[in-house]
This record gives sequence, structure tokens and C-alpha cells, in this order.
Amino acid sequence: MSSYYESEDLRKFGEIGKHAKGLADDFFKYYGNVTGTDGALTKREKALIALAVSHAQKCPYCIDAYTTQCLETGASPEQMMEAVHVAAVMQAGITLVHSVQMQNHLEKLVL
Amino acid sequence: MKHDFEELLRVRGISLPPVSVATLQVNITRMCNQACRHCHVDASPARREMMSEAGIERCLEILARHEAIGTLDITGGAPELHPGFDGFVERATALGKHVMVRHNLTVQFDPHPQTGESKAYLPEFFARQRVEVVSSLPYYQQYFTDAQRGSGVFGKSIEALRRLNAVGYGEEGSGLLLNLVYNPVGPYLPAAQASLEADYKRELKTKFGVVFNSLYTITNMPINRFRLHLEKSGQLEAYMEKLTAAFNPAAAEGVMCRSLISVGYDGRIYDCDFNQMLDLQAQARDGRPLSIFDFDFEQVLARRIRFAAHCLGCTAGAGSSCGGATA
Repeated sequence: MSSYYESEDLRKFGEIGKHAKGLADDFFKYYGNVTGTDGALTKREKALIALAVSHAQKCPYCIDAYTTQCLETGASPEQMMEAVHVAAVMQAGITLVHSVQMQNHLEKLVL
Repeated sequence: MKHDFEELLRVRGISLPPVSVATLQVNITRMCNQACRHCHVDASPARREMMSEAGIERCLEILARHEAIGTLDITGGAPELHPGFDGFVERATALGKHVMVRHNLTVQFDPHPQTGESKAYLPEFFARQRVEVVSSLPYYQQYFTDAQRGSGVFGKSIEALRRLNAVGYGEEGSGLLLNLVYNPVGPYLPAAQASLEADYKRELKTKFGVVFNSLYTITNMPINRFRLHLEKSGQLEAYMEKLTAAFNPAAAEGVMCRSLISVGYDGRIYDCDFNQMLDLQAQARDGRPLSIFDFDFEQVLARRIRFAAHCLGCTAGAGSSCGGATA
């Protein structure tokens, strides 16, 4: 039975250019420039950010790709797990900070 | 044919003839006190292959006769388990050769698999002979190291490194070189050598008080035990594609087989230790298999290096050799 998110599909990422090559080329150039080089951030720091985003966005392809990329840039398992905790705590914080909206409205409703 | 290394070189217009025979790398035994999951030699305590006395004599004759071969690189298995190891080192050193030993650290503590003999004297012996010690430590933490090399290996390795430091290895100004080898614990490429070396130095110094000179990053070769793991886990094709995609012409220029020959325990000559394990014996131009027992320097230098798919491991990314990255 076929399903979404087959791990071998990650290798087909390049095929997103099939019906819009120019746009895909633009994207991959930008992608490579941002993630593939040391800049103000090192490649390792960028890989850890990307790993955190991969979890926040729940992308299995990206989690596989950036777990490998983190290892290939020398990140330790502890750094990788902390990066995921950053994503987790941001999501929790984003949920919780909305309670201010709830409280504002609550105060409006309560006599 | 998929992952055809020679075809890749041809398409790129790259030619890789030998440039020298600066290093004689001799694999004197496949016996090892460890049985690492990635080992391309398939070494273990059960292996019994040992170079004969005649083989060691012949290697020493070759070293004595050829000034151009400045370095003897002794490997295994754990080469210290060979009964003639100490004498081989002493006599090569006396010839004025630079002697490197691929020392797995834990052999200082584990008894000889066959005789039960202790090898605890090795740090002092190495220091007396002023050999360069090259030791595998897959990571500066226990998790990856023990996963690859066996439970408890990290702790023993740290203790062995402290013993080497105690006799001066890795200390600035001592002239006693202690270099560590990193290799990935799975099917991925090593991180950049310089940044990983900085991590290793910081972490090993602050957490364990251990110092060393340089870190060599080495890519896992898709052969033997590691290849079997890749096949079993369904990762072989993806790994080969990764190596092919990461082909780097600059790394190819620096492959170690251009300046080194590898000798097996039986005296056969190979272009490298990996070819040795695949039984790809080096050949003279006329097709004659090369051996130390009829060694001809010019024939060895004029040989055509035998390449195969595993060579992609040495040319991927920043490159890989027994001396680390090549590009």
C-alpha cells in the first residue's frame, strides 16, 4: 500500500523543477547559498536551526536530511536534541502567549 | 555500470598515476583485541593472520635500500599483537625512518587474545622509539564511540590517552606526535576536519584533561563489515549515491595511493589497505602481481593504480586518507 512521506521520495526533491524549472533553479540556488556555506552563522549552526524548524513544521523529509546534515557538520546528539527543545518550547510559548488574548476577552466578558 | 570510478575519472579528464612511494604501509596482522562494526579489515580476536619473520625482514631490507621511502606505517588489526612488532619498530627507527603505528588504544589494557600477554608497556616503548601514534577515537563522547567500537571502549581509550600524555605524547614541544582519527558512525560524510579538531581539543582537554596534536577525518569505505551493515539496513545504494554526488576532483588529486603502497601479511603489495582487503593486488605494467619478495621500486612506481567503486569514499567531500582530509 502506498502512503505519503516515503523516505526514498527525499531523493526526488530535485524533481520539483519538472514543470517550473526556472523557479526551482532560483530556489535551489538560494537554498544552497543559505544552508551550504559558512557565513555569519556556521554550517553547523544553520543545520541545527533547520533541524528545529523541521520538527516545528513536522516534515519527515527534513528531519532525515537535517539529522544527517547535523552529523556531517559535527553537531553532537546533545546539540541536536537541544535544538528540538528550542522548537518545542517556542511552540509551547506561542500557544501560551495566546492566553493573554483569552484573558483580555475574559475580562471583557466578566461583569 | 553504476558508481564506476574509472569512468568518472575519464569523464572528468582526471588521471591519477603514482607520484612517489614515500610510505610503506604494512598490515602485519588481522588479529585485534576489538571487533569494530565499521572495520574494513574484519579484524577481531579470532583472526590469526600474521606476517612471517621473512616478510618483516624483507620490509626492512626494502626500507634500508630505498631512501625515498621515508615512512613506515604499521597497521593491522592491532599491530602490537604481532610477536615481531617491537623488533620491527626498533629496527625501522634505527634505519632513520619515520615510524607510524595505528594504535587502537585499548590494546594497552586488553590481554593478547592468544597468549594473554599484557601490552601495558606500549606508551613508554612508543616514546623511547619516538614513533608517531595514530589512534581512532570516533567521537569525543562515549555514545558514538561505544556504538562503533564496543561497550566500554570510550572509557578505556581516554585512560590510554592519559597514559600516552603522561609520557609526553601530544604535549607541545615534546616532539611525540599523537594524532587522533575520527570516522562517522554511520553512512554519512565527516564534518570539516579543522572545526571538528577544535571541538575534540576543547572537549577532551576540559572534560578529560587529554591533549593531542591533530585530528584526521576519515570516510567509511563501503567494503567488508561496513558494507554488510549497509546492505542489511538497506542503506548501501543511498550511501553510494552520496559518495558519488560528493565527488571532489581536488580530493581525487590527493588520494593516498599515489604516494603509498600497502603490504599484506603475506607480502603481497596493494595500492592501499582497502584494495588489500578486497584482494585487488597491485600489478606491474606487464600484469605481474607485485610482492615484497621480488620488489622493484621502479616497477612499483610505474604501476597503474587499481580503482573500483569503493574509491569514491576517498574522493568524496574534503577527501579521505590515512592522513585525513586531502582537499
